[in-house]
Amino acid sequence: MLAYVLKRVLMTVPVMIVVALFVFLLLRLAPGDPAAVIAGDYATAEDVARIREQLGLSDPIIVQFFNWTWSLMQGDLGTSIFSNKPVTELILQRIEPTMLLALTTILFSIAIAVPLGTIAAFRSGSWIDRVVMLFSVGGFSVPVFVLGYILIYLFSLTLKVLPVQGYRSPFEHGLGPFLSHITLPSVTLSVIFIALIARMTRASVIEVLEEDYIRTARAKGQSEFKVLMRHALRNAAVPIVTVVGIGIALLIGGVVVTESVYNIPGLGRLVLDAVLARDYPIIQGLILFFSFIYILLNLLIDLTYTFLDPRIRY
Amino acid sequence: MTHLRFGRAVLAVALAFPIAFGGTVKATFAETVLRVIPHADLKNLDPIWTTAYISRNHGYMIYDTLFAMDENFKPQPQMVDTWTTSDDGLVWTFVLRDGLKFHDGAPVTGEDVVASLQRWGKRDGMGQQLFSNVASLEAPDDKTVVMTLSSPFGLVLESIGKISSNVPFIMPKRVAETDPFEQITDYTGSGPFVFEEDEWVPGNTVVYTKFDDYVPRDEPVSAAAGGKLAKVDKVIWQYFPDNTTAMNALMAGEIDFFEQPAPDLAPILASNPDITVEVNDPLGSIGFARFNHLLPPFDDADVRRAAIMAMKQEDYLAAAIGDPQFWKTCYSVYPCGTPLANDVGSDIMATGDVGAAKAALGETGYDGTEVVIMQPTDIPVLSAFSLVTAEKLREAGFNVKLEAMDWATLTSRRALRDPVGEGGWNMFHTWWIGADVIDPMAIAFSGNPDAGWFGWAEDAELEGARAAFAQASTEAEKKELAAKVQERLWAIGASGELGQFFVPVAYRNNVEGLIKSPVQFFWNISVE
Repeated sequence: MLAYVLKRVLMTVPVMIVVALFVFLLLRLAPGDPAAVIAGDYATAEDVARIREQLGLSDPIIVQFFNWTWSLMQGDLGTSIFSNKPVTELILQRIEPTMLLALTTILFSIAIAVPLGTIAAFRSGSWIDRVVMLFSVGGFSVPVFVLGYILIYLFSLTLKVLPVQGYRSPFEHGLGPFLSHITLPSVTLSVIFIALIARMTRASVIEVLEEDYIRTARAKGQSEFKVLMRHALRNAAVPIVTVVGIGIALLIGGVVVTESVYNIPGLGRLVLDAVLARDYPIIQGLILFFSFIYILLNLLIDLTYTFLDPRIRY
Repeated sequence: MTHLRFGRAVLAVALAFPIAFGGTVKATFAETVLRVIPHADLKNLDPIWTTAYISRNHGYMIYDTLFAMDENFKPQPQMVDTWTTSDDGLVWTFVLRDGLKFHDGAPVTGEDVVASLQRWGKRDGMGQQLFSNVASLEAPDDKTVVMTLSSPFGLVLESIGKISSNVPFIMPKRVAETDPFEQITDYTGSGPFVFEEDEWVPGNTVVYTKFDDYVPRDEPVSAAAGGKLAKVDKVIWQYFPDNTTAMNALMAGEIDFFEQPAPDLAPILASNPDITVEVNDPLGSIGFARFNHLLPPFDDADVRRAAIMAMKQEDYLAAAIGDPQFWKTCYSVYPCGTPLANDVGSDIMATGDVGAAKAALGETGYDGTEVVIMQPTDIPVLSAFSLVTAEKLREAGFNVKLEAMDWATLTSRRALRDPVGEGGWNMFHTWWIGADVIDPMAIAFSGNPDAGWFGWAEDAELEGARAAFAQASTEAEKKELAAKVQERLWAIGASGELGQFFVPVAYRNNVEGLIKSPVQFFWNISVE
C-alpha cells in the first residue's frame, strides 16, 4: 500500500512537467499581450514595447521557459505582472474561500444527494423516484448563474435574510458571518452536484438491490433499513465515491462562475481575472496548482476504494 | 430539561466557535466607511507606469498634485502656494504650501517634486512635450521649485495640472527615482487617504484610510481643485466582476456607491427609492472609430472620409448606450460644452448618410479590399459600436469582416503595423473620457505616425497646428489653433467620432457631497 502511494506520488512529477510545458506554450501561443493591457488604452506602441522589454516578454520563448522552470525548481511560482505580488502569496490569499466553498458544497451535496438517491432507488418507479429524477434533470439543466441570481433575488433582496455577496472567514469573523455568506453560493453550486450524485446513487443502489446477496439478506429476515444501509449502500459506494471525486474536479470549474456571481475572492476569480489580463505567471501557477490538486484527489479516491471494498487491493 | 440543555449547548458552541477559530469581535464605533464599487479592478498601483484610469483614481486617493483642474477646466494651485513667471515666460517658480507631509511623516520638499515631475515627463505624452521645452528643473530650497524653459511653452500649468492619465502625482524622491518603465513598490503619498497595503486583495478589495495630517486648501472643492476634505475614516473599493451582483449589492445596502453601472441597469436602479442615479461627469466619454492609416483601403483619406460619412452617431449611441438621457450627438473632436469645442470641418461627421457615403466611396476607386474590424465582445459598448460600423460600412459598399476577440487580444493586435494577413487590422473602436481629448495635445489627435497613437495618422499640417497650440499664449490664439487642428483631423478623416455619452453613477441616499468631475474623487463625500 505504502509502495503504491509513493509510486503514485512520484508519478505526479512527470505529469506536472508535461502540464507545465503545455500550459506555458499554450499561453504564449494564445493571442494577447500583458504589456499592452498594462500600458493602458492610451499608451503608444512604443510604450508597450518598452514595458514588454522590461517584463522580459521580448526574450525568446525558450529563454522565458527556462527562466520560469528554474524559478519553479526553487519553489518560486513567479510574480504577478500586474500587482507585482508573488503568485504564491496571491494563491494563499485566495485559497481559503475556494476550499471552504468547495468543502461546504460537497458536504451539503452528499448529505442531500445520497439519501435522495437511495430513497429513489428503494422506491423505484414511485412518485418519490420521479420527483428526485425531475430534480436531477432540472439541477443539471439550470446554469449556475441563473440559479444564483434567482436565489439572490429571493433570499437577499426579497426576504432579506442572507447577504448578496462577499465572503467572511470563519477564522477571522466567526462562524455566523461565514455561514450566512457561504450558504447561497454553496446551495447554488450544490444543485448540480446533488443532481449528479443522486442519479449515480440511484442507479448504483438499484443495481445492487437486484444482487443475490440482497435477496439472501432479506430471506434471513433483515429489516429493509438494514438491507439498504448495510448491504446495498455499502456495495454501491464505489461508483458514488468516483462520482464525488469527479464532482470535486468539476467544482473547480464551477467556482469560477459562482465566485463571480457572489463576488467571493477565491481562486476561481483569480483565474478569470488573470486570463482576461493575460497575467501569465498567475495562470501558469494556478494551473499547476489545480493539476496537483487533481492528481491528489484521484489518488485519494483510489485509496478510498480500499476502505469501501475490501476486495480492492493495491 | 433536555431542551434547556440542548439550547445551552447550541449557545455555547455558537459563542465558542469564533473564539476557537481565533475570531474577534471588532469594535467599529464611530468609524465611517464609504463602500465603493469602482469601475475596474485596481491591478497595479503605479499611475505613472500605466495609463489605466483605475490606477489614476488610486493615485488621486493617495497622492497630491501641484496644480489641479477646476470645474471650468482651468488649472488651479493645489500643493503650490504661490508661483511666478518671468517676463519672457521662460522661468517658472513654484513655492509649496506649508504643512505638506507624506504619509510617513516626512515633509514634501522641492526635491520630491523635481524627481516626480521628471519621472512623469518620461512617460506622459503631455509631460514629454513639456520636458522637450525644459532646460532645467531644480529645487533651490525645500519649498521652492524652479522650472526654466528653453523656449516658450503655453501649456505649463495645463500640463502639470492635467486631470487624467498620466497625472503628475508627487511622490517621495526615493520612490520617484524608480525607472519610469518599472513599477514602484513603495506607496507613500501625501494625499488625503493612505493606501493600506496589507489589506489589498488584488481583484477584490482596496482599503484606504483617512490621512489625519493632510492639510486641505481653504477654497471650496471644484473638480480636482479646492480643498480635499476626507469626510470618512475609511474608503473601501470592492471590485465586482459581475454588474448584476454589483447592482444587487447596492440595492441590498451592502454597498454605498457604484461608479459605473451598465447603462441597461440604470432604469432598475433608478426605480429604487433608496438609490439615486445621476450623471456625475459633465464631459462624459467620446466614442471613437479608429482607422489604420497604414493599410489599404484606409491608407487613402478619401476612403476614410467616405466611411465617416456612413457613420450616424444616433445609431451608435442608441445601440451601445440606449436611454437618450445618457447620450448626445457631438460633431466637435473636443467634447461639446468645453471651451475649445467647435464645428469647423465637422460636416463630414454630421452627414450620417449611407447613400452619400456610397457615392463618395464610388469616386475613390475602392477595389473591394477587405476591411477587418476588431470586435471586443467582452466590452458591450465597443462590441455594439463594432456591429453598427460593420453594418453601415457594408451598406456603403465596403467589404467588411468582423473579427470577434477579447479586449486583451485587441490591445495587443492593434499595436501591430503588419498587413492584415499577418495579424494586422483595419479598424477598431474605443472611447476617450472627455478630459483626455479636451485640447489638441491629446494623443488621439496626433499626426505623427512615429510617436502617435495606434492607427498612425500622418499629417504635417496637423502636427504643425498642434505644435503651434503648445506655444500659444492667449485664449483666442488657442481657440483658433484648436479649430485648425480639428479642421485637419476631419480633412484627413483621422477617425470617426461616435458621439458623447454619459455613464451615470448610482449611490444610496446616505451618500452626500459627490463632486462633479470627469474623474471620480472620494474626498468631500460623507455617509450617514
